[in-house]
Amino acid sequence: MSELLPLLVAVPIVGALVGLVVGYKFERLAWPLAVVTSLAHTALAAFVAFEVYAGGEPLSYAVGGFQPPFGIELVVDGLNAAVVVLVAAVALGILAYARRAGPHSAAFYTGYLLLVAGLSGMSVTGDMFNLYVFLEITGLAAYALVATGDDGRSAVGALKYLLVGTVGASLFLVGIGYAFVATGTLNMADLAEKLAGVGYGSTLVRASFAFVVTGLAVKTALYPLHTWQPEAYASAPDSVSALISALVSTVSAYALGRVIFSVYTVDFLSSVAFAREFVLVLAGISIIAGSVLAVMQTELKRMLAYSSVSQFGLVVAAFAIANDAAVTGGVVHLVGHAVMKGGLFLAVGAIAARTGARYVGEFDGLAARAPLLSAALATLSLSMVGVPPAVGFVGKWYIALGAIQSQLWPIAVVILLSTLLTLAYFLRIVERMYFRSAAPREAPAERSTGTGAAAVADGGANDDSDTDDERPTLGRGSDVDFGSPSAGMVAVILVAALLAVALGPLVSTFEPLLEPTLDLLLQP
Amino acid sequence: MIWELLLTRYNYIVVALLLPIGAYMMIENRNLVKKVIGMNIFQTGIFLFFITSAYREGGSPPIVGSGGEAATYVSPLPHVLILTAIVVGVSLTAVALALIVRIYTEYGTLDEVNLREVRADE
Repeated sequence: MSELLPLLVAVPIVGALVGLVVGYKFERLAWPLAVVTSLAHTALAAFVAFEVYAGGEPLSYAVGGFQPPFGIELVVDGLNAAVVVLVAAVALGILAYARRAGPHSAAFYTGYLLLVAGLSGMSVTGDMFNLYVFLEITGLAAYALVATGDDGRSAVGALKYLLVGTVGASLFLVGIGYAFVATGTLNMADLAEKLAGVGYGSTLVRASFAFVVTGLAVKTALYPLHTWQPEAYASAPDSVSALISALVSTVSAYALGRVIFSVYTVDFLSSVAFAREFVLVLAGISIIAGSVLAVMQTELKRMLAYSSVSQFGLVVAAFAIANDAAVTGGVVHLVGHAVMKGGLFLAVGAIAARTGARYVGEFDGLAARAPLLSAALATLSLSMVGVPPAVGFVGKWYIALGAIQSQLWPIAVVILLSTLLTLAYFLRIVERMYFRSAAPREAPAERSTGTGAAAVADGGANDDSDTDDERPTLGRGSDVDFGSPSAGMVAVILVAALLAVALGPLVSTFEPLLEPTLDLLLQP
Repeated sequence: MIWELLLTRYNYIVVALLLPIGAYMMIENRNLVKKVIGMNIFQTGIFLFFITSAYREGGSPPIVGSGGEAATYVSPLPHVLILTAIVVGVSLTAVALALIVRIYTEYGTLDEVNLREVRADE
């Protein structure tokens, strides 16, 4: 079965290239090709994950027949099987949304699939330098995708993302360099042994940990290093915001967890107490600062972006606590956050497409105008706050439980505090949607330069893509203020909302599947 | 002591100079293109660090047969890694310059401060 692992990376890359070549001549084929690729990728990911969880053994593949530790190794175990499936499934779901919402071009779908390839690569690799290369592939695709918005704002957001992201990846590379100088190897499993041999007291080893964690923290967007993230999310087209908010930081946070557990190991954390404190403090500050900044935002997409800063603080804190309950919570929250945040960005995009509302003040009485989307937005918001039985609650519960088990009371308090702040910034949206009546607004069209208008403008260029939907007039008229979201867009958002609720109870089934992997990773 | 460091470890001194110079340029320079140049300098510092780590005293090129069985060879692996990293760096520079071209067409300036002023009016 392990022969399938390289296909997880190869399938999206091949799909991206075929899509680019074919789409150059027949632009309308780009979307179906991307869907076929993504379907194949999802099936593959699901099959690999099934094999891993059913077999209880990690799958491993030596690329090019060069045996590790000299060659590059691809590994899928219980920890990253979930991430692999998440990447494939979310990418497929957002494709359904992007069909109408755009951006509509063959180049967009190529970038999209390259991003998926990069993310899959980061998830499956067992080699540090390979992780760096996939980190940069992911980064390059993400910068290009953010810039697909048709205003100048997205280009500025993307450039800022590029400069900060590159520094982050470079610091990660310095960290790898230090570890390589200390041990002479790049394979993760081999590094774990040799780093222990060099000794955790060595300055070289400690410095490499600091650089690797800081580099990945930039990519995950933890608090003082998050500056690229709000503008990148807010300025990107809605489909792209959803994709990168759901996956890019998620996979970076996974990589951080993987590096902590598989390269430096829990032994390092317990013998170098300062390293654990460093990560915990970074995460704790991120949890609080992200929530506080989110409360202060008026633009909905920026608010969601700052909310991510806080939620990833939670995940990283879970990895640093490093006991069974906390790591289970971290993985659950990683997956749950991706579903919820992706769904939230899509819902906000669809609401903007229907009503033009992008700022908190414009959400008054929205439930009357867009009942279904408002219900989905409210469900996802409440799940994010952590109302049981939704997945947002389960993840936080396990992390808090882990913090208490390890006697890390400050972290438990921080989690509680951030939940209250999360309630504050999501509840004001829900309150406005359901309990206020819409104020008479003058010419909302002037405000919106977002997706609504963009979808209409682009839809006019290739209107043949609108064959099977109920309102064929959309995209033809030049003076339509706001299009309304297609059935596909609404369906994806509803699925995300349902998943956010349904995944919660399923965690008890998932937990025993994760257990053998955790035993292996967390053994003292 | 310092002389010895300068004479034998000068590569590391250059690395320690290149990294802050690049970082300072990215933060302090108002011109967007020069920020990208700063990014390149920063990366070059890292490349030099890797290449230096491959050096062995009296080592010959790592080609089988060039020095015989017992000879010391320099480590070929960092060279290969940095070849990859250079390709990544070139791609990053290309994407960054493409974005800068778009920003210039949109706002007519490459200056960070002017850009902020122009965008504040949006």
